Amino acid sequence: MLRFLIGRVVKIVIILFAITVLNFCLIHMAPGDPALVMAGEAGDADPQFIEDLRRQFGLDQPFYVQLWTYLAHFAQGDLGYSYRQQASVASLILDRLPATLILSISAFVISLAFGVLAGVVAAARQGRWSDSIISTVALLFYATPLFWMALMAVLLFSVNFGWFPAFGYETAASSYTGLARAWDIAQHLVLPAVTLGLFFMATYVRITRASMLEVNRLDFVKTARAKGLKSSVIQRRHVLRNAILPVVTLAGLHAGQLVGGAVLIETVFAWPGIGRLMFEALQSRDYNLLLGVFTVSAALVLLFNLFTDLVYRVVDPRIRLA
Amino acid sequence: MIYSTALRRGALALLLCLSAGVATAQDTPVEGGRLDLVVQPEPPSLFIGITTNGPSLLVAGSIYEGLLRYNDKLEPMPSLAESWEVSDDALTYTFHLRQGVKFSDGEPFSSKDAMFTFTKLLPETNPKWREVMRHVETIDAPDDHTVVFKLNAPYGPFIRSFAYTLAPMIPAHLYEGTDFAKNPNNDNPVGTGPFELKEWKKGAYIDLVKNPDYWAAGKPHLDEVVYHVVPDAASRATAFETRTVSVLPGGSVENFDIPRLAKEEGVCTTEKGWEYNAPMSFLWLNNRTAPMDNVKFRQAVMYALNRPLMQKVVWNGYGKVASGPITSTIPFYDKVDPQYDYDPKKAKELLKEIGYDGKPLRLLPLPYGETWQRWAEVVKQNLSAVGIPVEIESTDVAGWNQKTSQWDYDIAFTYLYENGDPALGVARNYITSQITKGNPFANVEGYSNADIDKWFDEAAVAASDDERQALYTKIQTKLQEDVPVAWLQELSFPTLYDCKVHDLVNTGLGIGNSLGDTWIEK
Repeated sequence: MLRFLIGRVVKIVIILFAITVLNFCLIHMAPGDPALVMAGEAGDADPQFIEDLRRQFGLDQPFYVQLWTYLAHFAQGDLGYSYRQQASVASLILDRLPATLILSISAFVISLAFGVLAGVVAAARQGRWSDSIISTVALLFYATPLFWMALMAVLLFSVNFGWFPAFGYETAASSYTGLARAWDIAQHLVLPAVTLGLFFMATYVRITRASMLEVNRLDFVKTARAKGLKSSVIQRRHVLRNAILPVVTLAGLHAGQLVGGAVLIETVFAWPGIGRLMFEALQSRDYNLLLGVFTVSAALVLLFNLFTDLVYRVVDPRIRLA
Repeated sequence: MIYSTALRRGALALLLCLSAGVATAQDTPVEGGRLDLVVQPEPPSLFIGITTNGPSLLVAGSIYEGLLRYNDKLEPMPSLAESWEVSDDALTYTFHLRQGVKFSDGEPFSSKDAMFTFTKLLPETNPKWREVMRHVETIDAPDDHTVVFKLNAPYGPFIRSFAYTLAPMIPAHLYEGTDFAKNPNNDNPVGTGPFELKEWKKGAYIDLVKNPDYWAAGKPHLDEVVYHVVPDAASRATAFETRTVSVLPGGSVENFDIPRLAKEEGVCTTEKGWEYNAPMSFLWLNNRTAPMDNVKFRQAVMYALNRPLMQKVVWNGYGKVASGPITSTIPFYDKVDPQYDYDPKKAKELLKEIGYDGKPLRLLPLPYGETWQRWAEVVKQNLSAVGIPVEIESTDVAGWNQKTSQWDYDIAFTYLYENGDPALGVARNYITSQITKGNPFANVEGYSNADIDKWFDEAAVAASDDERQALYTKIQTKLQEDVPVAWLQELSFPTLYDCKVHDLVNTGLGIGNSLGDTWIEK
């Protein structure tokens, strides 16, 4: 187990380096540079101003020097400085990471819990009306664009009913602390987390249902029935345990997506996460910041994958780690 | 003493305001309360000694102050300078700084800070101030509360160069001798303004609170100002509908949402506050290449564009069809002939006359949202209708900057701020010396005319306003004939606000310059 973990961590570090080099090259291939964007925002510039900015960003250096400088800093754990935001990249990302993690993990838990539950119910009631309803609703959520769902949720639950706040992570400039603050954040979390979770939930419903039905037909289930075990025990101990593996595989993939893929939800709900930070950095060609966000999300994806592999082992001890 | 009359007029207006306040209780400012606004996009920094983009200026204008403010006619009003004198030869400007002003960290503000800002910080960080300083021979501070500028020649725009946007007063004791770009105080701005930064939750909101030591007695009226960062335009409209915010500064929501929101009960709108910036939108026609190098082709473009329709449909009636290169709120504006009314027949005749071969042209829209996208479509339609095929090439902001500054376009949308004076914001788009690759805020169309160069030069340094007016009229007439660019519209970005908010826009620089006077009716 320990050897496995060490091996994986070494792999993760190597992959991160490779990803960073690749990202660096890709980003610098995009047209436009940060100096011009900054000058553009000010609506005015003279050649000296733009030259000064380029020198600050290090853009006057040859490409390989820029890459080498970045990697040298990166190796020491320094993600660089964002001249545009006049702050270190690490502090900017750390500021925004909690919001993204809270949103993603809530959405993930909601989608997994309700998705698997609904999938199991649908499978148990295969062909009956409850199965049809669950399957249809899942299909509907799966097919609806995320941003539209988000806007409708805001219109219905914030503007019309006034049940939940329309946007933000917490009440702006409030003096809440401790439990009051947690409650405040929880209220703000409902709409974005549910909206983001619905899409993934739909996938889990369908996978779980199909997988349960498949396992139900296998011989060991028949044996269990023949032994006279209670149906609920069979479903839980024998069928679900085997049927859940494809869901875990898929969830592992999604977990990575949730971190970077929340840009839309973060934008509509003004959620201060790193998805938006990444998008803004991209638009302003804030290279250091953009690379920093990419690297951090890549690291998270790699960690989620590691975690998924560990979960496999818990669910099915026959699976070997390598 | 040109401006002593303006000062007297200001004092009189103030007196009238005060007496009116006594007369009707409704006009008496209410103390306290919190104002919620949106800011879009999030400012990269609040240190406007370096970062001078729109959102930064909107928020930081309540933290930093300049020596002067300007009313909607762009006449100077006192701010950190209590009074000022201009010598009869228009070469010496003496500013008397207000006494008893403190920075929000408790240190007093004096001419030492002004000297540091004018001579050390701004010349390094601000290209607009570098341009101003070209005209300055010496700056002196004879005592703690006087600053004297001596110019090398009269310079008309000089008195309009002291707005907080161009020259905010920066504390010397925190910045002198440091690396300005990396100074830790950039995160924690210290100014003399009515508010100070309490908390900036990146990505969520910026919270300003009353500066208890503010120099103006009884101000600010508000206790707190919160700027919400809401990245999606539809969500910003929702934020206003639910009254989570009570002010949408100009440009916060898509133009087509404004009439809908404005109709709601208790919602007020104003188009004021843009007089100083005076954004003018036009099409850069790449004068270097055929057929745009032919003046008759450019005129044909002007005749082909149905600008009143654009103003009415794309901009929902906000703004004003441009009548030439200078915006009508800027001094020395003159409406001169020839004017180009919508006349597709004439456009077709001109195109036929020059034997235009129907070469397709590339059109570069501004990547600033849906309104601009639709505007490009209307232009495409208008030009196609007279036989000019157009292909729209869309890109993001960084791509737009790159394409325009490298002159890689045929027709490109843009708008420029005119910065309170034609010498500051208009000349740069037409004079030959501003044809420089790599800069999208200069003469990108590549127009060059020795007369125009000469007249702009002379107008900037002419001693009297009458001389300046004569020159600018000549310039406007010549440019109207030559059509180096196709002027579209004087842009208007209406501000939407809850009618209970009073004194929101008090200067020609809009909300950014005036929250110290703002109050909320109970």
